[in-house]
Amino acid sequence: MTCLWPRIEPLLARVQRPARYIGCEEGARVAPHGAARVGWLLVYPDAYEIGLPNQGLQILYEILNERPDALAERSYAPWVDMEAQMRARGVPLFSVDTHRPAAEFDVIAFNLSAELVYTNVLNCLDLAGVAVRAGERGPADPLVGAGGHCTFNPEPLADFVDFFVLGDGEEVVGEITECARDWKAGGRTPGSRERVLRDLAGIAGVYVPSMYQVAYDGCQVAAVTPLYPDVPERVEKRTIADLAAWPYPSHQLVPLTEVVHDRLNVEIFRGCTRGCRFCQAGMITRPVRERPAAQVRRMVADGLERTGYDEVSLTSLSSADYSGIEDTVAGIVGAGIVGEAMCTGQSPAGRSAGGRPGRAPGNGVAVSLPSLRVDAFTVGIAGQIGQVRRTGLTFAPEAGTWRMRQVINKLIREEDLYGAVESAFSEGWQRIKLYFLVGLPTETDEDTLGIAELARRCAAVGRAHTDRVTVTASVGGFVPKPQTPFQWFGQDTVTELERKVRLLRDATRRERGVNLRWHDPAATLAEGMASRGDRRMGAVIEDVWRRGGTFQEWSESFDLALWEEAMASHGLSVTDYAHRHRERDEVLPWAHLSAGLHEDFLWGDWQDALALAPVEDCRWTPCYDCGACTGYGIEHVVASVVPPAGGSQGTGQDLSRGGSLPVGVRLASRAGVS
Amino acid sequence: MRVRARFAKLGKLRWTSHRDVARMWERAVRRVGLPLAYTEGFSPRPRISFGLALPTGHESVAEYLDLELTQLDDPGGLVARLDGALPDGIDVAAATRLEAGTGSLQEEVTSCSWEIEVTGMDRQAAAALVEAAMGADTLEVTRERKGRPSTDDIRPALRSLCVSDTASWLPGPPSGGLASTGRTSCHTGAVLLAELATQPRGVRPSELVRALDPALELGRARRTHQWIERDGARREPLPPGPPDAPHAYERAS
Repeated sequence: MTCLWPRIEPLLARVQRPARYIGCEEGARVAPHGAARVGWLLVYPDAYEIGLPNQGLQILYEILNERPDALAERSYAPWVDMEAQMRARGVPLFSVDTHRPAAEFDVIAFNLSAELVYTNVLNCLDLAGVAVRAGERGPADPLVGAGGHCTFNPEPLADFVDFFVLGDGEEVVGEITECARDWKAGGRTPGSRERVLRDLAGIAGVYVPSMYQVAYDGCQVAAVTPLYPDVPERVEKRTIADLAAWPYPSHQLVPLTEVVHDRLNVEIFRGCTRGCRFCQAGMITRPVRERPAAQVRRMVADGLERTGYDEVSLTSLSSADYSGIEDTVAGIVGAGIVGEAMCTGQSPAGRSAGGRPGRAPGNGVAVSLPSLRVDAFTVGIAGQIGQVRRTGLTFAPEAGTWRMRQVINKLIREEDLYGAVESAFSEGWQRIKLYFLVGLPTETDEDTLGIAELARRCAAVGRAHTDRVTVTASVGGFVPKPQTPFQWFGQDTVTELERKVRLLRDATRRERGVNLRWHDPAATLAEGMASRGDRRMGAVIEDVWRRGGTFQEWSESFDLALWEEAMASHGLSVTDYAHRHRERDEVLPWAHLSAGLHEDFLWGDWQDALALAPVEDCRWTPCYDCGACTGYGIEHVVASVVPPAGGSQGTGQDLSRGGSLPVGVRLASRAGVS
Repeated sequence: MRVRARFAKLGKLRWTSHRDVARMWERAVRRVGLPLAYTEGFSPRPRISFGLALPTGHESVAEYLDLELTQLDDPGGLVARLDGALPDGIDVAAATRLEAGTGSLQEEVTSCSWEIEVTGMDRQAAAALVEAAMGADTLEVTRERKGRPSTDDIRPALRSLCVSDTASWLPGPPSGGLASTGRTSCHTGAVLLAELATQPRGVRPSELVRALDPALELGRARRTHQWIERDGARREPLPPGPPDAPHAYERAS
């Protein structure tokens, strides 16, 4: 095996942020290379500081390195300056752990978290010296795989990736390793690549696109047919039934240089059944599987002690919905000195104003809860945890009017939002950020302008408490995603999205305390084409990449013209791919791939959306048979069968309490302000 | 109470920035459980003060920092505890309580000694350069300041300069643990020993090399000493530690 470090190091003085390429993170542990182990290179196809914190990649890194027959190293997309240096000196893509060439691994596996990284996948393969097109790879080449949310429609990358994994990777990586182990042990003889791919296609949750033929009918897909009888017609996702069986990452990597989310992350549950119809993550990760509270406490205590972090994020798709979230947060915040009182499990009512005398700031642990619901209960928890730095609070009402929120099934009433904002400003926050989408199905200008109105009223609520109020409305263009009820919807054009942004700019320009930010509608279009594209999009992605279009997630690199020109040169219509409404009987490009959701359920939910009919959260209400549990013989794993107090979104809760805070929480948070 | 620590920054870790090293120390101090003092105010920061920033990419066997603690119950084993909590390549050599009234590193350090490799240059050419530089009245270097080119004379800051026959990073007797952090050199060239003043501003090795000849390329650079000069005497902010300590000099050479 080759170590490229002596060739890499001279390049580092010439690039920005050289620590991106050195590895050496605390917690990085690689099993020894050898003939008996399948070598995986796990690649996050974006910059190191974005990719390093990715929990999915870190989970698989640990699981594979613990196996006797596997090892895993990591790699990230080299930034453009480093890529230029590497290409000029013939240095291939390398792992950051032991600086081995990527092509020396048996499996190169990509994490696909966002569609706009697709061109980086091609670039990484090319930098690795591996044929970019799967059909051109020979016996010496590694297997190229991919997992992550985008694999629920991986067709745009079907020509470049040998196999995709749908759903949770914890179990299936072991099964893939066993297949690859036999292939490796057999000496990777000519013809064996075909055999191993065929074997992989037999693993539940693994999709091998070359084993399927796609027929087209104009801009639509006519049929996707398996080439062999032993290849499944439909690939079902993998779901781990019990998160408690997978307490990973147990050694979260601590980077030596600055990255996003630079803190301890502990996943408290996976899956979400809030039923927001625009949300792909909520649809494809069902059902809800909570991690037991005792395990969460242990992972937090061990993690803080091992890493030296002073902040922990309790991650999930809606963290306030975790059963007993108050107790869990109180247990962490109340622990004071790291690792001391993690296991005492005090109740929030027991921690009054006198509970933490003389506690030095900085010896405490900050807790962050991403993806919070919008209600006062949530702010109460936030008040408990944001004791030292009250920088800002973020809520995601997603739409500006109740009508629009009924369409998307994000059932936040205005009084919930004002209650939340009132609590936040009265608890000392001065900056509120609100996330919205424009371009949602059935959206009218009244709905769009409702965003400005909500922001204006939130600022007014705040001014009752402080003069220095900032309400930032952050607006993104909606991209319909596969495997959601909105998968049939034609997304807004760039012109239309720009018009809506202008409406909002005009409406907020003179509003005191209201800021507007928006995502580039051009990038929204490219994301839309890649997200619902069929295999013909592959040629477009290759063109964009060949013309230098890497790092398309980054506004300074993104260039819509590259995409439009590539579409035109391959005779593909942007309108057909992005803006066309799909019909019920159309074969969607991902129809042979399943997240467990019955198509009848998705279509019914789409029709319910148009009829403003809500759907409740099935973890607390009777099952409506979406298919995610029943199809796989699994069920929700939740510690509490009743919704959390004060919650409103589709929980059937009494909404009259929207503005009040649980007393114990309020006491505790006041204590922290002093 | 203040504690001063001396440490090395070697191997792959040299590609981390000054801020990166500061964050490593903050985490390490929390892991060891030292009760750090914090600043007052809206956004409390730990009271850790670093001396002169080491440019990213340079190594050092003479880095220092001062920690302000609210108490220190068990000073014994502090070096080993901190060293164990820091990544390989950040190696703690010594730590001691500071007497009250000791000035800050920023105030007290007056000069630094460096080993500086100039790539692709033989010893004779280097000797000629050194002789010319030491004999010159001025050594001008132009750098970007606030978006504008600004020219400085660094000759007054050049305390001494000579050519070295060896370098501390060149392979010496076998020592453990080096391969894992890549402490090997792939460069060849002349090695200069320079002492550069830190007042009124710290002159960087890269500036010195550019001042010698703009065409030269800086290879490896390692800070070997920081000096406090007072009343004609010169000393280090903290001696390297007892000879039996797991010490950076031995491990680095």
